[in-house]
Amino acid sequence: MDIRSKRPQRTDELLNPDRRTLLKCSAWAGAGVIWAMSGGIPRAFALDETGNVADPRALASSFHFVQISDSHIGFNKEANPEPVKTLQVAIDRVVALPQRPSLILHTGDITHLSKAEEFDTAAQLLKGLPSTVHYVPGEHDTLDEGGGKLYLERYGKGTRGNGWYSFDDHGVHFIALVNVFNFQAGHEASLGADQLAWLADDLRAVSSSTPIVVFTHIPLWTIYQPWGWGTEDGDHAIAMLRKYGSVTVLNGHIHQVIQKVEGNITFHTARGTAYPQPAPGTAPSPGPMTVAADQLRNYLGITDVRATQGDHPLALIDSTLV
Amino acid sequence: MKTRLLALLCLMLSMPVWAEEVKINIKEFMFMPVVLNVSVGTKVTWVNDDQIPHTVAETRKVFRSGALDTNDSFSWLFDKPGEFEYFCVLHPQMTGKIVVTQ
Ligand SMILES: [Cu+2]
Repeated sequence: MDIRSKRPQRTDELLNPDRRTLLKCSAWAGAGVIWAMSGGIPRAFALDETGNVADPRALASSFHFVQISDSHIGFNKEANPEPVKTLQVAIDRVVALPQRPSLILHTGDITHLSKAEEFDTAAQLLKGLPSTVHYVPGEHDTLDEGGGKLYLERYGKGTRGNGWYSFDDHGVHFIALVNVFNFQAGHEASLGADQLAWLADDLRAVSSSTPIVVFTHIPLWTIYQPWGWGTEDGDHAIAMLRKYGSVTVLNGHIHQVIQKVEGNITFHTARGTAYPQPAPGTAPSPGPMTVAADQLRNYLGITDVRATQGDHPLALIDSTLV
Repeated sequence: MKTRLLALLCLMLSMPVWAEEVKINIKEFMFMPVVLNVSVGTKVTWVNDDQIPHTVAETRKVFRSGALDTNDSFSWLFDKPGEFEYFCVLHPQMTGKIVVTQ
């Protein structure tokens, strides 16, 4: 049965009235959905029960990479007493992919409380991934006394500011943005003027035909302001990206898949590997959502991103850990 | 020696005032109560009842807790009058205020 269609809410209406029909498509496939760009219009192709796509156009990829997110190593409450186990399942999933991913992105909240032993446990597990992992921090990775010092010691080498950087792979320009520092009371997350200036400078050398992948922990677009699910100055970054032909913005933080498309920019948040969170506004708070133990893996997952040759190269495939 | 003893005695005599304590619960991503009025000398203790860590951070950095996991607490003694606005650095939409009067 399709577990996702049974969830009490669809967020599409709330977020995207004009994309209602399109996004509804994402509700029917239990195993997942692949998004492919076709003539500038993103199309959803359903996956069958075995996780395969009927339409080969969606999968004719020249390279692919994987996003994992929100491992929350150190969490031990009811919603998932063993996030180590579920992260291991996610890693096994990546290892089992028919084609080794070119690289892996971890979009933050590696740990739950930024303890050295949590970072150690996570690093030990993530070593099992078959490709290089590129990280950005989540706010749960900056809770040490040094306010992110432990994260930056481990993952900040060769980065700017609080850990932002960019690199190229297979002709795609990857940009890692950091929006989990300098939180201000009553405000959403922020990138800050220094990082935005760096981004403008970084993009100067990137031609508008180069596919761009931006990855950051907290959604760059405002998904739900009352829960702080957004980045206040994210629109400044988005404005710089509008002239590019293919932009994919990948986030974590909200432990569920929500996607929207705006012109050439696809915004996508991934499931986590630790515990689910409620859909925007459907609960009194965004705290962990406890589901039946045998259902948990329906709510956890990874995202596979495939690039096909042509004008609109990136397709996103979300799969759960079932 | 004598002065130190005297100081200690003074401290002990003033204990009842200093011992005034008020608790703030952190539950469902809210500080309860959101606004708290206390008199100078009150010790306020925040206790996290959520399954998710929170912090208590005064906006001018007068006080700042570490990450409070479930059932962890943080205390601050308010020894001066004034208004102290604070928030959770993990969830900045969570805000609260302590009003301290003479
Ligand atoms: Cu909080």
